[in-house]
Amino acid sequence: MNPGDTILSIQDLHVEFPINIGTVRAVQGVSLELKMGEVMGLVGESGCGKSTLGFSILRLLRPPGRISGGKILYRDRDIAAMDRRELLALRGSKIAMIFQDPLTSLNPLYSIGDHFVETLKTHEKGLGRKDALVLAERMLESLGIAKDRLHEYPHQMSGGMRQRIMIGLALIMNPDLLIADEPTTALDVIVEAQFLDLLNDLKNRFNLTIILITHNLGNVAQLADRITVMYGGAIAEVAPAGSLFHDPLHPYTRGLLASIPNIRLDQPKLMTMPGSPPDLVDPPAGCVFHPRCPHTMDICRKERPPIAARNGHLVNCWLYKERP
Amino acid sequence: MTEDLIRVENLTMHFPLQKGFMANLFTREKKFVRAVDGVSFAIRKGEVLGLVGESGSGKTTTGRLILRLLKQTSGEVFYRSKSITAYSSGEMECLREKMQVIFQDPYASLSPRMSIGDAISHPLRIHGVADGTKARELTLAMMEKVGLSPASFLYRKYPHQVSGGQRQRVVIARALVTNPDFVVADEPIAMADVSVRSMILELMVKLKEEFDLTYLFITHDLATCKYICDHLAIMYLGKIVEIGPLQEIFRNPVHPYTATLLDAVPVPDPKFRRTHPMPKGEIPSPINPPSGCSFHPRCAYAEPACSLTVPELVDVGMEHRVACPVKAR
Amino acid sequence: MNYSMARGLARPIRFFAGMGRKYGVEWWILCVGALIIIAILAMAFFSPFIAPFDPYRQDAGPQLAAPGGPYLMGTDNLQRDVWSRIVFGSQTILRVSVLAAVISSFFGILLGLISGYAGGAVDRSLSLVMDAVYVFPGLILAIALAAMFGPGVLNITFAVAVIYIPTYFRLVRGQTLAIKQELYVEAARAIGAGSFTILGKYIFPNVIATTVVVFTLNVADAIMIEAALTYLGLGLPPSIVDWGMDLAMGKKYLPSGVWWLVTFPGMMISLLALGFTMLGEGLAEILNPRLLER
Repeated sequence: MNPGDTILSIQDLHVEFPINIGTVRAVQGVSLELKMGEVMGLVGESGCGKSTLGFSILRLLRPPGRISGGKILYRDRDIAAMDRRELLALRGSKIAMIFQDPLTSLNPLYSIGDHFVETLKTHEKGLGRKDALVLAERMLESLGIAKDRLHEYPHQMSGGMRQRIMIGLALIMNPDLLIADEPTTALDVIVEAQFLDLLNDLKNRFNLTIILITHNLGNVAQLADRITVMYGGAIAEVAPAGSLFHDPLHPYTRGLLASIPNIRLDQPKLMTMPGSPPDLVDPPAGCVFHPRCPHTMDICRKERPPIAARNGHLVNCWLYKERP
Repeated sequence: MTEDLIRVENLTMHFPLQKGFMANLFTREKKFVRAVDGVSFAIRKGEVLGLVGESGSGKTTTGRLILRLLKQTSGEVFYRSKSITAYSSGEMECLREKMQVIFQDPYASLSPRMSIGDAISHPLRIHGVADGTKARELTLAMMEKVGLSPASFLYRKYPHQVSGGQRQRVVIARALVTNPDFVVADEPIAMADVSVRSMILELMVKLKEEFDLTYLFITHDLATCKYICDHLAIMYLGKIVEIGPLQEIFRNPVHPYTATLLDAVPVPDPKFRRTHPMPKGEIPSPINPPSGCSFHPRCAYAEPACSLTVPELVDVGMEHRVACPVKAR
Repeated sequence: MNYSMARGLARPIRFFAGMGRKYGVEWWILCVGALIIIAILAMAFFSPFIAPFDPYRQDAGPQLAAPGGPYLMGTDNLQRDVWSRIVFGSQTILRVSVLAAVISSFFGILLGLISGYAGGAVDRSLSLVMDAVYVFPGLILAIALAAMFGPGVLNITFAVAVIYIPTYFRLVRGQTLAIKQELYVEAARAIGAGSFTILGKYIFPNVIATTVVVFTLNVADAIMIEAALTYLGLGLPPSIVDWGMDLAMGKKYLPSGVWWLVTFPGMMISLLALGFTMLGEGLAEILNPRLLER
């Protein structure tokens, strides 16, 4: 595969959670193409579906969550339709994922070395413990962690170091794709910055494609090549990073960018968006953002907008599509 | 000249570490978490002081010490030039009419069994400001002011029945209903959704003007500080390392830690991508802080003397003070 | 049944069905338990109208007559109608067990709140006393207390009440300790609330949900203890109609094939205890605070 080829293609994905009060439509018809070697930032507020989307790529949804439609094509194999054996071989070795809270993601009863050994042995059956530890040592080195920490336990390490161990575990099998779900939310500002630097460095060294899921627009600005903005379970806008920040098209993106304190800008007033995120059990008809949009038209209330291409962006908004 | 509304002198809080029974038998020395270590500053009436730091800096503990929700190990707190350090709990309870707090987690700071109206009107009843129908009237008016509309409908609702943004409005309303002078806001937007944060910040600015408030704004986010604060105090491992007017510090960050912090703030604009690397290392434990200047192990400008003496805050002009003998020269 | 009657019934039916759908089987368990209790409560309230005979009347019918005819549950050795005695006996057992539970809960909750909130020496000494009482097997302690207090309805009520105070104490103390750490308690302190206000308005309302469940299960347990005490001959003079006592008395005649003196009181005791247990279990699910979260 070459850089620029599509490595992951999500086609019309639907994810829902049937619960007692109704069915939560967490992801509604999302389509996304991921190119090899790029960093895709997946941003949005809580409840927009970005984490659900991330989890569904590896089919890690907790029941009752389930994929109710669509395809997830990884190198032309549909993950959504894979059998369990194929899926387990995929997870951790071809596509890896790191999560928000490193303390709860690591098993407190196992040493760091044990964690690595387990991962390695799962995917390479014949590998012995000694050889596995050698590979782990090499990984720690590239993470800037001393080798003797392999004997330590998760609670003996700081938050930033644990998160680095998480990346180590994720990358030990040399995957193509890394999904990072809010990896810096639990970290301090300086450690967060160190972590993003590390991610960038590892991306180049290991030839990674990264999906960075976060609500922090500052982080994606730092790292992402392209950015997908999600709202209410659907995509609002997809654009190259520079273009998204300097020329946002979707009203939600505009509102969001105007409401964030920016340390480099003089902001006399912050924009506030009226209303609150939509109820995913009973989403608004038509465009899911229309109740809060300053440019709502009649058609926005009735029909879901199709994806329009404009200036290199993909926007899900009636403002950019000629009415039928 | 505007007076100091709040003044803090050498405030110190050392939490004793709880050890097991056996350990207590065999060790004589006690270990402490030095959460706050000799902090001094003043806030003038009408100011918004941003207290900035990462985890372990002691900023949250400082806030609680000022409000006397915690008993300090040593040091003094002054309100309107009167020492409140030795106030009894009864005297303190009366003072709370004028000194209020907004906590980080709106869901956790409201009793799940108290209606919104009851929660907001409770301070009125406690301080004898109003009772019965008068209290209800004042509460409804306050609710409208913070944007909890329609007030009479939401009055009877419970915290779990409203959205996160509304809950934070309830907490703000409760803090301001007795018309306080001074409000400590402890990371008020950290747990809110991104689109709700600007609403809360705007609300706090508007209410500050309307009620003539003075804020102590505790946060780890310098970008938010820039928007709402006019003065800054940067804390590291229990001590203030730099303090002064916000514009001055942003323009000229003297302490190496401040400079690093400013550098690390993620900017929502790819034009401002950081090109140079971050210093290595993480915040040491507040149980065993490094000797001398706590930042010296991570500091690019550290000199041998830095590990020996604890630096004092030194004036570098324009009411800007820094605790770094190397850089403040 | 005409149209307006049907319309009137529609809303309550929808309510019941709605709750059933929402909470599942626990709702129906609660309903059955409540029904049993209401039936027996009715029995207690309307005893003079339900019982065909005076429960003390010793010439209501032939001696040891089997159930049938005018004697629904037969007669006992003193020629008293068993059914009438069952009806009137419900008053005694309900009075003792509910009153005992009320007294228990009052002291247990109050002391638990104080102990949990105050901490320190107060907490340690109260806990010590409560643990000592708790550790005693309930029935044995009740027997000892009943023997000590002597006979009488009020005495037996107190004897039963004492055993359960530690249960409420421990539950409420534990919850108070946990809630004391919650942010909303600190927030209450921050707005200037004093200790009593905090206990009453912030801690107590958040503790009460679990205590209601414990209360109903407590009554169920108290029923069994009361019956056991009177069965053993402690606590009540023969002038009071009581199921446990009747059961004890009827036991002698069992070998001769007289089953109705034992079966009916025993069945009623079990039924009443079951009713309260079902109510408690059902309530536990409904009142579970986690359901209140969004």
